[in-house]
Amino acid sequence: MPAEPKTPATREQEIGQHIGYRYDVNLLPDYARLTPFLKKYMEAMGWRDLNWLEDVHLGYEEGRPAVFDRNINGWVTVPAGIELPDNQQDRDMLARELLVKFQMSPKHPLVDLKKAYAKF
Amino acid sequence: MAKLSDNFAGERLGGRGQQVFFDAADLGDAGAALTYPGAFAVDFNRHAEVDAAAMDARAVNIRIRELMADGVGAITVANPGAKHSLGVGILNRLNLAFAGSLGYFGCGLNDGPNVTVSGRVGWSFAENMMAGTAVVEKNAGSTFGAALRGGDLVCKGDAGGRTGIDMKGGTIIIGGRTGAFSGFMMQRGRLVVLGDAGKNLGDSMYDGVIYVGGKVAGLGVDCVATDMTDADVEWLARKLAIYNMDTAAAANMQKFTSGKQLWNYDNLEPAEKKLVL
Repeated sequence: MPAEPKTPATREQEIGQHIGYRYDVNLLPDYARLTPFLKKYMEAMGWRDLNWLEDVHLGYEEGRPAVFDRNINGWVTVPAGIELPDNQQDRDMLARELLVKFQMSPKHPLVDLKKAYAKF
Repeated sequence: MAKLSDNFAGERLGGRGQQVFFDAADLGDAGAALTYPGAFAVDFNRHAEVDAAAMDARAVNIRIRELMADGVGAITVANPGAKHSLGVGILNRLNLAFAGSLGYFGCGLNDGPNVTVSGRVGWSFAENMMAGTAVVEKNAGSTFGAALRGGDLVCKGDAGGRTGIDMKGGTIIIGGRTGAFSGFMMQRGRLVVLGDAGKNLGDSMYDGVIYVGGKVAGLGVDCVATDMTDADVEWLARKLAIYNMDTAAAANMQKFTSGKQLWNYDNLEPAEKKLVL
């Protein structure tokens, strides 16, 4: 008798790791939900839309909501005190705003790396 | 509004990413920076021109940097002469215009600037671009937008083969036709082709979306046709309008995504391979 095909859920349990994404990475942003900060950022950069932030979504790391920061190749966990909206579109807008503020902060890890390794 | 802990109580994921916490003190709007620490404060209303005719690529790139350091936010490079590697590694807000054509690897590794090229571009234009916009008025060579990470990349003419190879985010728009293996190993982002697409479109794509307005010569491995949604049409029309392209095309596009049959890699694979060997 041939073995029963494994479902994705069984396979996930077996390897102890989630396969794929927990959220829709192709979800297109709803521009009616832009935050004032994101509008200001778009204007400062001279962009008419969210540009690279269209690909930013709220994800999860070890059970906690987090944003993936490509500049450090790691997840940045959202502070516990922040309340999350009840829909993915608003959560994504929040994630975008948090990520921009984190990347532009002088406390971002790349600031130290730049000091150590910048060539010019 | 639900409490954070209520929303994700059921999530149990193991990850290897760095765990870095936002500092709540940095999250206020007041005084929040809009550019990277150390970026040059530039004014879009201050313009300068660089005549690249007698300069090599390095000298042009250094001159662009000097002008940004001086607060110039709009730079025109005249006579680029199809030199390679012009306008690369700019991590700043900037309006940069090339009056002419670029050679290989133009505008790669950029993060933020808005670039226009009035002529053509060679291989690997805007490779690894992180953010910003780059608009090419004429044709582009192969591997246009290779490994694109973010931002909008537009070619109003035709593009060569392997457009958007290994792209990991962002949007590529081709106004004309694109060559074979476009979207090869695409992992995320959106590739929009208003004209025809060559053979093996989206071969081995892992994720992301491809829209094609014309004929497709053939699909690659694990690239499948998917239904367009109203959100797709709305997004396409808005995006095309930004770059003064044919917005009417948005309603008649075909959509392709990953069939996800190649999603086999996991952290047991090395052990499983060892067993086989």
